Amino acid sequence: MVETLRQRINDALTGLGNFGLLAIEALRSLRYRRPSWLDFMRQLHFVGVKSQSVVLTTGAATGMVLCAQTYFQFHKVKMDTATGAVVSVGMCSELGPVLAALMLTARVGAAMAAELGTMKVTEQIDALRTLATHPIDYLVVPRFLACVVAAPLLTAEAIVVGILASQLVGVNLLGIEGTYYRANMIRYTAPSDVVTGLIKALIFGAIIALIACYKGLNCRQGAEGVGRATTEAVVAASISILVSNFFLTLFLTRLFK
Amino acid sequence: MIIEVREIYKSFGTNAVLRGSSLQIDVGEAIVIIGRSGGGKSILLKHLIGLLRPDNGRVLVGGIDLTGLSERQLLPIRRRFGMLFQGAALFDSMTVEENVGFVLQRERSHTGGEIARQVKEALEMVDLRGIESKKPAELSGGMRKRVGLARAIIYRPEILLYDEPTTGLDPIAAGVIDKLIRRVWSQLKITSIAVTHDLKSAEAISDRILMLHEGRIHGDAPTAEILRSTDPIISNFVRGIPNETR
Repeated sequence: MVETLRQRINDALTGLGNFGLLAIEALRSLRYRRPSWLDFMRQLHFVGVKSQSVVLTTGAATGMVLCAQTYFQFHKVKMDTATGAVVSVGMCSELGPVLAALMLTARVGAAMAAELGTMKVTEQIDALRTLATHPIDYLVVPRFLACVVAAPLLTAEAIVVGILASQLVGVNLLGIEGTYYRANMIRYTAPSDVVTGLIKALIFGAIIALIACYKGLNCRQGAEGVGRATTEAVVAASISILVSNFFLTLFLTRLFK
Repeated sequence: MIIEVREIYKSFGTNAVLRGSSLQIDVGEAIVIIGRSGGGKSILLKHLIGLLRPDNGRVLVGGIDLTGLSERQLLPIRRRFGMLFQGAALFDSMTVEENVGFVLQRERSHTGGEIARQVKEALEMVDLRGIESKKPAELSGGMRKRVGLARAIIYRPEILLYDEPTTGLDPIAAGVIDKLIRRVWSQLKITSIAVTHDLKSAEAISDRILMLHEGRIHGDAPTAEILRSTDPIISNFVRGIPNETR
């Protein structure tokens, strides 16, 4: 029992160390080597363009639900016109980046871990190495860059669509006065709320790419290994996003105060 | 001497695979390492190119010790090698042309036309024509291995490693691969190192055979001598008689 626990702690710490080394190697590669533009664009298309529908739907649905729920509560104290402000601040600084990141984890993180895991078990990663190509340069860096660039852009889209959808629901469906709805939204939404959301999205993008690549590159043998790596990537990235969001909120709120 | 392995040990958990293996290979030799399945032949081969690191011992390529080098320091040394994997390990998201021309493309020093010409030449060397636009999934096992061989020879390495080159192929396809390995060796003057348990293939592609037994090199002699050996372990393996110890 004690031995098993010790082994698990040992494995967890080794994994954390290896993950740190992968992140450092990726950053080093970015600094000293010119990444392939074509590989980056391919990944950007996969991460950014192909995630549009998922992220936009999530943003719109969240904005609409948040608006309705906020209105139902605020209506009791006759604060209907403050609904837009709550939706806007919530979407910009919390819900937009977190939900977009979770959707990206499910769509992009899972795909990356599965692709790299399959490459690992079919010896394609070893083949890359024999062809004098560092897997970090060729596989991790373009994915990392694509996620870091695409996540803030997708988050911005999700925020805009969420706010527009909330306005549609609030003004057209629930009957809130449009002028006050927009005025309060603009009045109470600070630029720092938007910046906070975008910084969070950038960090979440990095987390998704690094965890997915790490899990894929360290996949165990066989179909079961690929399945497990994919699941672990999604779970680890999702939890990391939620936990880091708390600390980022504390840090960024104090930073912009 | 182009490769020297000194007393290497490698374990995976409690399973000791290599237990003090040593070997020496000269420039231009055609070597085959034989031994039972699961005996560590592929593990030994992967040590030669730095894909695995020994727990103990040294691997020297052209006098450079690989064991202390980082992954990045190993890259220029790996450029001296080509490797054909057991399952060919072609990049399944790429076409045959992209697979074979991968290294040239990565070097960014060749034009598209030059790469296409060299890919065509490499494919012709392994008797393949007109398949440049196909994906690996559209090829048979034998064709995949030949494409893998073309990918390994296109940049003219000094040393070619073959991991079970004929495993999973029918006898005719295996014969074709053997002939190609021999042709590549004689035409390009490349040092050739293969691991296999297929003795017919070993006889066809080697001048010298090393037998790996229980993690050590048990026999090392010219091909004909190994095949006629009276050593009980070697002769039992050659004749397909199980040893009592296993």
